Amino acid sequence: MTGAFPSPYGGQLPVLRIGDVLLVTLQGDLHDGTAEQLQEDVSEAAADSRVKGVVIDLSGVEIVDSFLGRVLSDIAAKTRLLAAETVVAGMRPAVAITLVELGLTLPGLRTALSSDEAIRLLGEVSISPRHERTRQESP
Amino acid sequence: MQTAGGVSACLPIHSDLDLVWVRQHVRQAAAQLGFGLVAQTKLVTAASELARNTLVHGGGGQMECAPVSRGGGQGLRLSFSDEGPGIPDLDQALRDGYTSGEGLGMGLGGARRLVHEFHVDSRQGRGTTVTVTSWVSGPPRPREEQ
Amino acid sequence: MPEQVAAGHQETPAQEVGDFLRRRREQIAQRWADAALFRTVFTVSREEAVEAGRAVVEALAAVAAAERVEEQEADGFSVVREQLARMAASRSRAGSTNSQISVEVDALRMPVVDLLIAELEGRPAEDVRDCTTALTVLMGTLRLVVLETLLSAGQELINRQHLQLLEVATPVIKLWEGIVAVPLIGTLDSARSQVVMETLLDSIVEQHARFAILDITGVPTVDSLVAQHLMKTVAAARLMGAECIVSGIRPAIAQTIVHLGIDLGTVKTQASLADALGYALRKQGAHIVPQDPHHAGSR
Repeated sequence: MTGAFPSPYGGQLPVLRIGDVLLVTLQGDLHDGTAEQLQEDVSEAAADSRVKGVVIDLSGVEIVDSFLGRVLSDIAAKTRLLAAETVVAGMRPAVAITLVELGLTLPGLRTALSSDEAIRLLGEVSISPRHERTRQESP
Repeated sequence: MQTAGGVSACLPIHSDLDLVWVRQHVRQAAAQLGFGLVAQTKLVTAASELARNTLVHGGGGQMECAPVSRGGGQGLRLSFSDEGPGIPDLDQALRDGYTSGEGLGMGLGGARRLVHEFHVDSRQGRGTTVTVTSWVSGPPRPREEQ
Repeated sequence: MPEQVAAGHQETPAQEVGDFLRRRREQIAQRWADAALFRTVFTVSREEAVEAGRAVVEALAAVAAAERVEEQEADGFSVVREQLARMAASRSRAGSTNSQISVEVDALRMPVVDLLIAELEGRPAEDVRDCTTALTVLMGTLRLVVLETLLSAGQELINRQHLQLLEVATPVIKLWEGIVAVPLIGTLDSARSQVVMETLLDSIVEQHARFAILDITGVPTVDSLVAQHLMKTVAAARLMGAECIVSGIRPAIAQTIVHLGIDLGTVKTQASLADALGYALRKQGAHIVPQDPHHAGSR
């Protein structure tokens, strides 16, 4: 368990910009309001700066329920409209098992083991799209 | 073995913030009773879904949390009650994809898959009580045991 | 406090026993420290045994005062249940059987009864009988509480060993940098599939593996529940950012899966573990080139 107290901040989560990628790190137990705020902030930032991708780091998150699941899907859908890709990174095993059991497999979301890898993944797409394509075609 | 003090509780569900407290409490209670990490996460997630139902559909209510034991096994029972409009069609509400509020429509049916026992008591206009139970070492009589 | 004995006439026998236990706490604890149960568990110092004895007497006094001498669930016991469980477990580890431990607990009764009878000297025979009975019942309940902790500890041990067995049967092998595999052998039941799922997903985090291979070559049958578990494992791995490949699905199992109407469409399958490894390596950008050109034709 992280943190002795819940994070009842209705506050904002920082949206960092690294090159052409936005990085958001979620931590602990998220207040519904914070999650909704995040959704707004990300779409705003993604529109403003014409970023290539959004990385949402979930490695510090202990639970994702259907509400937060919907927020993640919505962020992905919105950023896709802005021609950016969303990658969810570092989801914990217990959280992943629970989401699957809950019936939420979030098919539209890209995933990565860590935010490092997510950033690399987004980089691969933009830097060498041909290379990526040939790889996928190989049997 | 701890005393029941830190497990039994009755928490109000009237705002988003209360959901955070519900999750925290269920997490702590489940950890105290010896639930494994995955089982804890499932239970906390189920509690979050059900508490949100209580808040969104029932107009608020409360959660009662209590330890239970049966046949040497220990478990946790959570009961979410509201005095809202009730669920008109329970079968429909339990089906995946059904939703009358926000979310992905996984609330009730999804929560049912995360716990060992699930019971809904709902009468139209008289409110809803959802009671769920999970056991530390699986349901009391798993099929694998001879 | 001897004047309380006089006031004791209005008290029930149980309450009177409660008073007696509180009053004589020190003496009883001292006597118990020499009894087998305490002496063999608390070997560091006698004071430690006396201290433990005091706690138990205190708990018994609380139970008696609440007039709940027959109830194992009485609040008083909850305070010492953990300590009793530890003591019983310690005896159990030392090789005592449950019935031997039960006899040791029973041996605590006589010293207390003797003290009580001595204290009640001169009181009507009826009072003496009632109080002694209450105390005997109380000590019997203590014995039950201890036995109960032993039984539940036994059950816990069985559960834990069952889990350990499952884990032993589920080795995770690192095949390559970023590639882990679980070769499954034997029948998969629902509990084992659950363990496989958790073990594999944990290893994805530990090994930072982008590919996880579930090889079921050694699995004779798969039922619908197990097939669902496999699919859930694949879905969960994907959420974590890894790709899970199922290899070695034998024809009979493939048949069953089709019969059960399960769609493995979203699951990446490969004929053998070797094929799965080759697939993962290629996806990682590695190429397998035969050293000797004469063997270039073989895979």
